[in-house]
Amino acid sequence: MTESPLPPAVPALAAEPLRRRRRLGVPAPWRRPLAAVGVAVVAAWVVIAVFAQLIGPDNPLAQNYAILAGPSSAHWFGTDELGRDVLSRVLAGARVTLPLSVLLVILAMIIGAVIGAAAGFFGGWVDNVLMRVADLFFAFPGIILAMAVAAALGPQLRNAVIAVVVVSWPSYARLVRSLVLSARTAPYVIASRMLGASGWRVLLTDIRPNASGPVLVLGALDLGNAVLLLSGLSFLGLGAQPPTAEWGAMVAEGTQNFNDWWVGLFPGLAILTVVLAFNFIGDTLRDALDPRTARAVRVT
Amino acid sequence: MTAASTATVVAARPRVAGGRHDLRRFLFRRLGTGLVLLIGITLVAFVVTHLVPGDPVAANLGQSAVGDPAAVAAFRHQYGLDQPLPVQYLRYLGDLLQGNLGISEQSHRPVLADLEEYVPATVELALFAIAASLVIGIGLGIVAAAFHDRWADHIIRVISLGGVSMPVFWIALVVFYLLFFRLGWLPGGGRLDPAQAAPAHLTGLYTVDALAGGQWALLWSALRHLVLPGLVLTVYTVGMLTRFTRASMLEIMGNDYVRAARLKGLPEHVVILRHVLRPALISVITVAGLAFANLLSGTVLVENIFAWPGVGQYAYHSAVNLDLPAIMGVSLFVALVYIVLNLIVDLLYGVIDPRIRLS
Repeated sequence: MTESPLPPAVPALAAEPLRRRRRLGVPAPWRRPLAAVGVAVVAAWVVIAVFAQLIGPDNPLAQNYAILAGPSSAHWFGTDELGRDVLSRVLAGARVTLPLSVLLVILAMIIGAVIGAAAGFFGGWVDNVLMRVADLFFAFPGIILAMAVAAALGPQLRNAVIAVVVVSWPSYARLVRSLVLSARTAPYVIASRMLGASGWRVLLTDIRPNASGPVLVLGALDLGNAVLLLSGLSFLGLGAQPPTAEWGAMVAEGTQNFNDWWVGLFPGLAILTVVLAFNFIGDTLRDALDPRTARAVRVT
Repeated sequence: MTAASTATVVAARPRVAGGRHDLRRFLFRRLGTGLVLLIGITLVAFVVTHLVPGDPVAANLGQSAVGDPAAVAAFRHQYGLDQPLPVQYLRYLGDLLQGNLGISEQSHRPVLADLEEYVPATVELALFAIAASLVIGIGLGIVAAAFHDRWADHIIRVISLGGVSMPVFWIALVVFYLLFFRLGWLPGGGRLDPAQAAPAHLTGLYTVDALAGGQWALLWSALRHLVLPGLVLTVYTVGMLTRFTRASMLEIMGNDYVRAARLKGLPEHVVILRHVLRPALISVITVAGLAFANLLSGTVLVENIFAWPGVGQYAYHSAVNLDLPAIMGVSLFVALVYIVLNLIVDLLYGVIDPRIRLS
């Protein structure tokens, strides 16, 4: 402000920062139709996940019907190769995918945040070692590393979750490290230090709340990827094992019976709607809250 | 280690003599860090595959042989599994220096020979897919940015979000069912029709080899076989590239010089293509590097469905069977691709924006 800037030549130029500032607030839902759709779809799936057994017409594991019957009024999504009702299985699949993807994103977030905060806060060789390790994990294409981990631990849903966490934590570590680095010299942190706060105290009480926004945005954007990776592992037979009703594994059953299209089509549509809804929400959050995060996202 | 951190923008100034020297030094340094990364990758792959409970003996010996202690001991000895882990790792590195990647426990062939057989198929598929994705993705991104907030933009945004939200294994199944099984427009799997023999081996890329040999029928068949798996692989990367092209073009459109270009009366297509697209390509190229790495992961799922004999299937089979030398070999190949890709991206920065100096 000490240097006197040239007066704006065109009024529109001066108006621009104002307009940008106004966009920072979280807007009304009708201004953001994509986000509204996303929230509605996720809410619907959450309701389905909670009440799957009440909504579903049948037990997802019961083999009660003619095998591979096409969609009809009795079985809207048809039946699979063991005579199970596909609709019931798709609904039951929400109980597997939704909680697990949220759980694994939270796990990756915590692990990445701790490692990133340590790297940014201590600096020096700690930073170097931790970030080089993160780079190594980054260098692997997600599914190949996840596949190796899942195969090595044994094909189980729990191990697939671990594998996806192993793949996902580095992006959080990078983001948190950069946030901590930039906060280290911020006036509020220096003030806190001068008031006698210890390093950990500054990290937890001063920096953490300021860093949590971008981390949550990254988490929202990562949810879709988590669902895709987890169901991809199950598709390959490295995640959920039969007879669990899991969407990726159900699509795999569909490839075995590809002429009976309904077996694979509907579970895939379920994955698509969930991931799309997560991405709608994540995208809008990022636009509204933190444009910077876009660069830290690993596009897996 | 990221691409962007090694190339920095400095103030525009004429290139001075010694620019070539800079380039050489840059390449040497990148070679050094690349080597360190390669060794690091072998270490990660080694630790991940060796410190976990999975037992390669159980995975690779038959049921009856596992019960026979002598057979198990012989197997362990043959693959060096009876040595302490650090010794195993150092032995692996020593062999690696001599170009020996070990013997696959599944195929009983040298891993290097396996890779030589499978890599060209994947490279052909990935190159086809990335070329298509770049053309379609950047094209859609330009249209979306040029018609920002109009209906074309909204439609393209939804399409691109759909692209990155689509499970690749599912869209593969849908495309396979529709275009092969129902309509029969395209072949459903493999690299050539069953009756056809592969063209004389030059590069291992069937299209290139067929072209070189002037075998037009073979070229046509190879191209037709590429379309379905290639199409499926592009779905995600097109979405990704469209989104980034659009976003970075919109960011640049806010600049004063773009306004100036418009005010001085340049036609809109000149403004968009010359003044907006070119600077926007810098960040698009960074993402294109990521997109290619992504295609390689996509191949694991796609090759599985379309019976494409490439590294993706090889990686899958070696992971499931805990074929440790093969997993290590695939990891090395992937790391090598990653390093070369980053190098190409960094060199392209300089081509697009001469102000970017390699440092």
